[in-house]
Parts: sequence; C-alpha cells; structure tokens
Amino acid sequence: MSKDIRIKKGLNINLVGVAEQTISKAVLSNVYAINLSDFHGLTPKMLVKQGAEVKAGQPLFYNKNIEDMLFVSPVSGELIEIERGARRRILTIKILADKEQSQVEHPSLDASGASAAQVKAHLLKGGCWPFIKQRPYDVIADPNTTPKAIFVSGYVTAPLAADLDFVLQGKEKELQAAITALTKLTPGKVHVSVGKSGNSPLASLNGVELHKISGPHPAGLVGTQINKIDPINKGELVWTVTPQDLVIIGELLLTGKFNPERIVALAGSSIKAPKYYKTKIGTEIATFLYASGVNGENFRVINGDVLTGAKSSQDGHLGFYNNTVTAIPEGDDYDFFGWNKPIFNKISATRAMTFSWLTPNKKFDLNTNTNGEHRAFVVTGQYEEVFPFDIYPMQLLKACMVKDLDEMEQLGLYEVIPEDFSLTEFICISKQPHQQIIREGLDLLQKEIG
Amino acid sequence: MHDLKMKYKGKKMAPAINAFHTFLFTPNETTHSGAHVRAADDLKRTMNTVIMALLPVLLFSMFNAGYQHFSAINGFPENFSVMEHFLTWDNFWIGVVKVLPLLAVSYGVGLLVEFIFAVIKGHEVEEGYLVTGILVPLIVPIDTPLWMLAVAVVFGVVIGKEVFGGTGMNILNPALTIRAFLFFAYPTWMSGDKVWVHEARERSEQILAGATDVDAISGETILGFLAQNKGAEMSYTVSDMFYGFIPGSVGETPTLLILLGGLFLIFSKIASWRIMLSAVLGSLFMGLVFNGVVDQGWITETSKFYGLMSFDFWKHLLVGGLAFGIVYMATDPVTGAQTNRGKWVYGFLIGFLSVMIRVFNPAYPEGVFLAILLMNVFAPTIDHYVVRGNIKRRMKRLENAVILPKDTDGKTAELKAETV
Repeated sequence: MSKDIRIKKGLNINLVGVAEQTISKAVLSNVYAINLSDFHGLTPKMLVKQGAEVKAGQPLFYNKNIEDMLFVSPVSGELIEIERGARRRILTIKILADKEQSQVEHPSLDASGASAAQVKAHLLKGGCWPFIKQRPYDVIADPNTTPKAIFVSGYVTAPLAADLDFVLQGKEKELQAAITALTKLTPGKVHVSVGKSGNSPLASLNGVELHKISGPHPAGLVGTQINKIDPINKGELVWTVTPQDLVIIGELLLTGKFNPERIVALAGSSIKAPKYYKTKIGTEIATFLYASGVNGENFRVINGDVLTGAKSSQDGHLGFYNNTVTAIPEGDDYDFFGWNKPIFNKISATRAMTFSWLTPNKKFDLNTNTNGEHRAFVVTGQYEEVFPFDIYPMQLLKACMVKDLDEMEQLGLYEVIPEDFSLTEFICISKQPHQQIIREGLDLLQKEIG
Repeated sequence: MHDLKMKYKGKKMAPAINAFHTFLFTPNETTHSGAHVRAADDLKRTMNTVIMALLPVLLFSMFNAGYQHFSAINGFPENFSVMEHFLTWDNFWIGVVKVLPLLAVSYGVGLLVEFIFAVIKGHEVEEGYLVTGILVPLIVPIDTPLWMLAVAVVFGVVIGKEVFGGTGMNILNPALTIRAFLFFAYPTWMSGDKVWVHEARERSEQILAGATDVDAISGETILGFLAQNKGAEMSYTVSDMFYGFIPGSVGETPTLLILLGGLFLIFSKIASWRIMLSAVLGSLFMGLVFNGVVDQGWITETSKFYGLMSFDFWKHLLVGGLAFGIVYMATDPVTGAQTNRGKWVYGFLIGFLSVMIRVFNPAYPEGVFLAILLMNVFAPTIDHYVVRGNIKRRMKRLENAVILPKDTDGKTAELKAETV
C-alpha cells in the first residue's frame, strides 16, 4: 500500500560533478575523529581518558543530560586527542586506529519479538541511538519519550547528494531489521518514502507506511514530507532516521556489532572523477578526496550537500550523519559590475537578466560567492515559490529574528528545522542567513518552552 | 578600489566607500553559514530590473515634455506623426533641460541623505533609493522647482524611510511620501491647469504682471477637464491616451510603455502579478459602478461628479497616474502586502480606492498616490488577517495532536542500570 505525494513548489539545483555510480574502497584512515558539532546542543561527558585504548563500538562519552545516551568509537585504537575550545568545550575526539581492529560485541536482537524498552536499551548500548533525530528542535531523540510517528526519507533531491537507491542496494536485510525495531518505538506509524520512479530497496519493506514522492527539491527533505503526511503540532514529537543510518542500526541488531561503514558520494565540480567510496564514519576526508583528483587549490570541502552541509577542510573528517562530501570552488573574487550584467552561468529563481530559466536541465558550476551583500528583507513572495510547507516562511523568519515566542509557535516553528530553510536561503535576494535564524529560534524555543 | 575598501574597513566612512565599491564590483564575500552556494540575484539586480522597466517611460517623458510644450503654443499638429512631431530634437531638448535636472536633484539629494544616514548609523547603503530616485521625477509636474523637489526628497527619505530603519523597514512608499509632501505643502504648484505643461505657469505669471508679448498657454489633464464637466472640450483620442501624448505628471502618461514595463516586471518575477491584476480589476469594478450609477440616472449632468462618473470605466486606466501607480508603486514589496492572498486584497482596494478618490476628490482629480499610501498603511493589517488564517488552521490541527507521555517509570531506571 503506498500513497503518492507530489510536491509542486521547489527548485532543483543541478550542479556539475554528480558522483558516478561506481563504488571504490577508500584507503584506511590513520586517524578517525568524532566532531561534536555534529550533535547540536549536546553536553558530552567523557568516559575514557586521553591515551586510553578503545575498541570499536566502545563508548567514548555520553550525554550529560540523558546518561543512557552513549556515543561509541567507530574504530579500535588509541584516543590520541581531545580537542577543546573556549571554556574547555570538547570540539573533536581523535582516535588513532589500530592495524588489527577489535570490536565490542553485543548479543543480537530479534526486534520482532522485543519490547520498546528492549529495543531502546539495545540501540543505546550499541551506540546507534544518536542516529535517531527528533523534531521539533532537530536534536538527538530523548529515549525517555515516545514519538507520534517515525519518518524515513529515501527520496533524494538535494544537489549532488548520494543517491540512496544506489547505495542501499543489497542492504534489504539490515533495513528490514532496523525498521522492525523502529515500529516498536512508536504507537503510530513508521513512514517511509521513496522516489516515485526509483527502485529503492526501501519500497519492499514490511510494516511501514510507504509514500511515493515526486517533485523538485525540497521534496526529498524529510521535513517537507512530514508536513504533507502528518504535520507536527505543538507538544508532539516526531523522530527521523536517514536510511543509511538504518543500515548501521540494522547491522547492530542482526550481528551485535557497531559497524560505522558508509558508502559516501564524493561530488562537486572541484573533483575530477566524482564517485562513491566505501569508508567509515569519522574517516579522514583526504583518504578518498585525492584519489579522485581535485581541480585547483582554492576549493571548499563540505561535509554533506551544498545546501545543508557543514564547512570542512581538506584535512577534515567525515561527519557522523553524512553520506555526501562535496567540493566546490571558493568564490572569494570580485566581479566587475556583477549586479547588472546578464548572467548565464549561475542559477537564479528570477528572470531578472538571469537566464537559468532557459536551460532547466543545464548543470551549473556554482562557487561559494554570495553574489551580493546582506540586506534587509525587501522582496516578498519568492520564498513561497520554493517552500512547499503550509507555513509563511518570511513571517516565521522575522518572528525568530525578533524572538517573539508566541509568533514562533503559532507560525509553525515546531514543524521545521534549519535544513527546511536551505532552499529559501539559497534564493534569498537579501542574502539573509535563514538556517542560522531558524536554528537560533529553535534554540530559544527549546530553552524557554522545552 | 579594493585597497580603498580595506583601508577604510572599520572606520566611520566605511559604508560610503563600500557603497561605491559595491556599485562597481560584486563583493568577494563567501558563504559562512547555511547554504554554501547562493542564487545569482541580489537586491541591486532586483532594483536594477525595475529601473530598466522605467527607462522607456523616462525617455518617453523627455520627448513628451517638449511635445506638450510646443503643442500648447502652436496647437496640436494635424496629421500627427511620431517621427515628425514627437521624436524631435526640439522636444528632446525640453526634456533634457526640464526632466534631467529633476532626475539629478532626486538622485543627488536622496542618495546624499542615504549616505549620511548610513555613515551615522554605521550600516551599509542599501539600494532602495535607486528605484525611488527615478520614480520621483516621473510623478511630479514638469515645472516643479528644483529646491522644492529637494526639500520634498529630504522629507520623504528621512520621514518616509530612515526613521523606520531604512530600506526594507519603511511603512510608506518613499516616492509617494515625497509626492504627498509636495501636494500638501505646495498645492498651487501641483494642481490646476497651469502646471502640466512647461512654461504655462511662468507665462501666466508674466501676463498677470502685465506682459503683453507672450501668449497664455495651458494644459489641463484629461481628469481635470472631466472634473469640471468639460469633457466635451477635450480633443484627445483614446489612442493619445494609450500612447501617452497627453499632459500629466512627467512620466505617468505612456500607458503602452507602462504596460510593457509591467509585463517585463511580471516576466522577470520581480513585481507581483497578483497586485497588478487585482488593482486593474479593482479600478475597473469601481469605474463600472460609477458608470452604472450614471446609467441609472441617479446622477444628472448638472452634478459636479457627472464628468468623471460618466467617463468610460476602462479609460480610467489610460489617463492619470493609475497605470503608473499600479505597475511601479503598488508593487513595492516593502510597503505592500506580503502574503499572496493579502496581495489580492491589497491590489484590488488600491484600484478601487484610486478611482473612487479620483471621482470624489474636490481639490484635485487624482487619487492614485493617496490610495496607495492609504493601502500601505493597511497592508500589515491585511497580512495580519491572512496569517491569522494560517495560524487558525494550525490551532485546529492541534486539537487532534497526539501528545505521548514521557516514560519516567521504572523502565528507564532499569535501562540505566544496564547501560552504565
């Protein structure tokens, strides 16, 4: 049984450098790193000291507020560095990998006969809980709560992002195990979405509510789908998991091992031969970045896709949630009279002497230039064109900027997370930092209302 | 230029330097939060598109200034031909000496005020005035003294915009604030039959002073004729009205070029088609109502409203500033309604009220700028109710919310024991 959802509003951003669908094995990384900025709002408490030997799957730290929530090491090795920032906040934890890997082994768990508490305990112990994210607030789910529904989006529309239909091939067993476990965690439904014309292995899963999605970006963002399927109300909780993380969860359930293996798309116009690499969470990006060859020196490495990813660097590490690494040229150059000449080589949502509308299928080579300066909100009605939510985007952004809690609630801040505003941010003529505004709004709302 | 920008970085004058720099170059800023790539459009490009849509109107107005001037002196040419009688150097020269100074004063004074405020308040010079600056000379009478315009521009920019926080924050359209200031401060310069044609006022003053070597000229607008129930004396054809060979404020007359500009703005997705369409509908509706009233015989020819009320409803769009106001002023995104539904209401009421004020205004038969200013004030109210509708839907949904309790019983304690 499946339901079709067609998203009309949106904009596909076609970029040069789509990853070719071949998988290479990345060379093993020497040092693996867990970047704490991947876990928004988390206060970590270390469980092991610097210099200690850890096994793969062994807890490194836990959440100070929810002590059951363990974060485990992706590999076995020596904890060589705990990098701290201002006020001794932990920024990165680095592990020097052993040549011979050793693994913490848990018993396997057949989720079909297990209770919610058993599933939770298993995922918490195995280090897979942080893969489950919660809305509102876009933080790791609190295991003491119960969501009204769980959403998994298997449809990808983000520019240059890894094609889930491709990377999930052959993982049916793990996916089914993980989905069965998730169904225990909610009295509601587990909603899984796939592309209408794709051949996703997710389409054959049992025990889920399947949705077939079509339409331009942001149709693939889970937030868009939640809004169309079962929008979040004040007080409600919804959990989301990405399909690639389901594979890791499934493997933990089936084998009892935390196996942080990922197939990562290396994409972007600064990559000579963009393709997929099999590697692990926390690995050095350099282990596969140069294998594909890079164009020039001055490019930006992004953990994730170009709209929502985190800025990284050539010696950075693969993020906890990412299955895409993008490299695009930096745009730190001036453009003489760039504001009034006709533009053919950049994407635009208008037709104001910009001609991307003539070539909807052309692939563009965009750089990181903002193409203009930060201004007050002026133009209206443009965000709505690419924002399929039943929400007034500019009014919500303004409510967040003036910190009006009532307005934020009423206008639907509970339903969105920063990535839902990535496309409006992309087309914003006033170059306002939408995702940051929404993030700050969510933080404020969480602090004041909880 | 790049060196200069770096040199002044962090100093008081930085906004001024940056404004010149950003005029020449798209800056080298790269994204540092959120999306790593951005679309090609920025505010300058947006404003520039509006200016491009206004340039044909400006050019036409320069020719029309001369055409009206010479026609008032020599009579309208028979067998009118565009090349021979309209696009002539003589006509253009009048435009150069009359319209360009208005444009120069408008930009010069307005941008000066913007720069001063930017430096004082330490923010960047925003691009809002680029459009205001070209709108202003197009909506004033041709002989408006430059000092008067300068005073009005200072008032309009300071009171209409800067006191609210600058571009994007203002409640009233600055160009219309300037026009309204002129209208209320210097009414004799802004209305009557002596202000719409170059030299008309000057000559009548000379005649009053006893000069005998000049002929009096006048140029009443079509609305002026109608308001005095003198519609029959008017010699303008519908095509004159449509192409704009009629007296009026500098740039409000060429309906055809305004229409093309409007279509360009709609096509480029810069201006809202919703506002334009609904404003047209609103004005047609009001015009039809007035026509109906006349047809019913409720208004007789002796009534002072007869001339304007009996004017064919669709011709309202061709004369006066209605078309210009709808295309270039009502669509100002900052002062207009911001929600799509709100835009329908907002536009419709602008058209509706424009024609209504035009007919009933005893002092001055034109209402577009008043209607738009009035709706500027009400736009936030319209949006408020539209947004309330959205909130109400959300509140209704909330009744069926599935809020599950937190499990804080023994189970979690059990878990804790297991995991730690």
